[in-house]
Amino acid sequence: MALDTLEIQNKLQEAFGQKVNHFRTEYGVFVLEAEANSIVEILQFMKEDKTLNFHFLTDLCGVHYPENENSEQFCVVYHLHNWFTNTRIRVKTFISGTQPELPSITSLFESANWMERETYDFYGIIFTGHPNLVRILNMDEMVSFPLRKEFPMEDSGRTDKDDRFFGRTINNC
Amino acid sequence: MENVSKTKMVEAPEGIAGEGFFATRFDSVIGLARANSLWPLPFATSCCGIEFMATMASHYDLARFGSERVSFSPRQADMLLVMGTISKKMAPILRQVYEQMSEPRWVIAVGACASSGGIFDTYSVLQGIDKVIPVDVYVPGCPPRPEQIVDGVMHLQELVKNESSRRRNSDEYKELLASYNIE
Repeated sequence: MALDTLEIQNKLQEAFGQKVNHFRTEYGVFVLEAEANSIVEILQFMKEDKTLNFHFLTDLCGVHYPENENSEQFCVVYHLHNWFTNTRIRVKTFISGTQPELPSITSLFESANWMERETYDFYGIIFTGHPNLVRILNMDEMVSFPLRKEFPMEDSGRTDKDDRFFGRTINNC
Repeated sequence: MENVSKTKMVEAPEGIAGEGFFATRFDSVIGLARANSLWPLPFATSCCGIEFMATMASHYDLARFGSERVSFSPRQADMLLVMGTISKKMAPILRQVYEQMSEPRWVIAVGACASSGGIFDTYSVLQGIDKVIPVDVYVPGCPPRPEQIVDGVMHLQELVKNESSRRRNSDEYKELLASYNIE
């Protein structure tokens, strides 16, 4: 009783129209893009609809696309899984670089709590409605969001490491 | 001859020996006692910790040097062995462990990560534990072999033997701790 990708697409387009778009299959997983403001309703529909039944949140993470225009700088990716038909799906949603805000989905999936905190920790994406949006992996005193591309990977406070001994020159780092 | 013990004893410090007496400096006796009963406190976070386990086990047997008793409470330990990558989030905890040790206390940084951050030249990793606590001996290696760790401990034993019993009260030592903001 496999779940057909076309069926998923039709169901979602019927319910949400243009708010869901760019349906495609990448690396063997069906992918779609969803509008940021309606993300909670879309995921709730996918979770609660009797045929779709994507009831398990496998992963939630952020991506920074520095090349994109400002309105699509950040992306939040939701990986959902339907255990009954063993179907996986990826939902991507793009948000702006100047005001990276997105509604929290902790009301739908309890497991999103720590994953949203992690995404906030590394990308500074604000999940509105999250019960406790504080850093989870990095130290509390940190001021940067380290996986944003504008922050250098190296510890800026280092004093005893000479770049030449680490194979780094201005051109290759 | 077969009955002669193979046990190797530590050598007596310099002094004047006569019939029924032996006179030496108080500092040397204390140093000798301290150096040969260093209780280790392992602070192991990664692969160097595995090497330390080998060092403690029967083959390399750190107990030969008087470090028989591994202390898992900082209050009864003399020698803090920091082995592995210390992230910046871990730094205050390491510092607290050091502060809980009673004087005299010594620190060995085992491996590249504890000594300098190692290959983890990144925003989340402390670039050497000497950024937060004073270190007596650095053991290089990634990870160091048990022989190297034993060598580090023996170097520390030399330091301990030759340390003046007044050193911990000296202004220089207080200045050192003050530079780390340790009371």
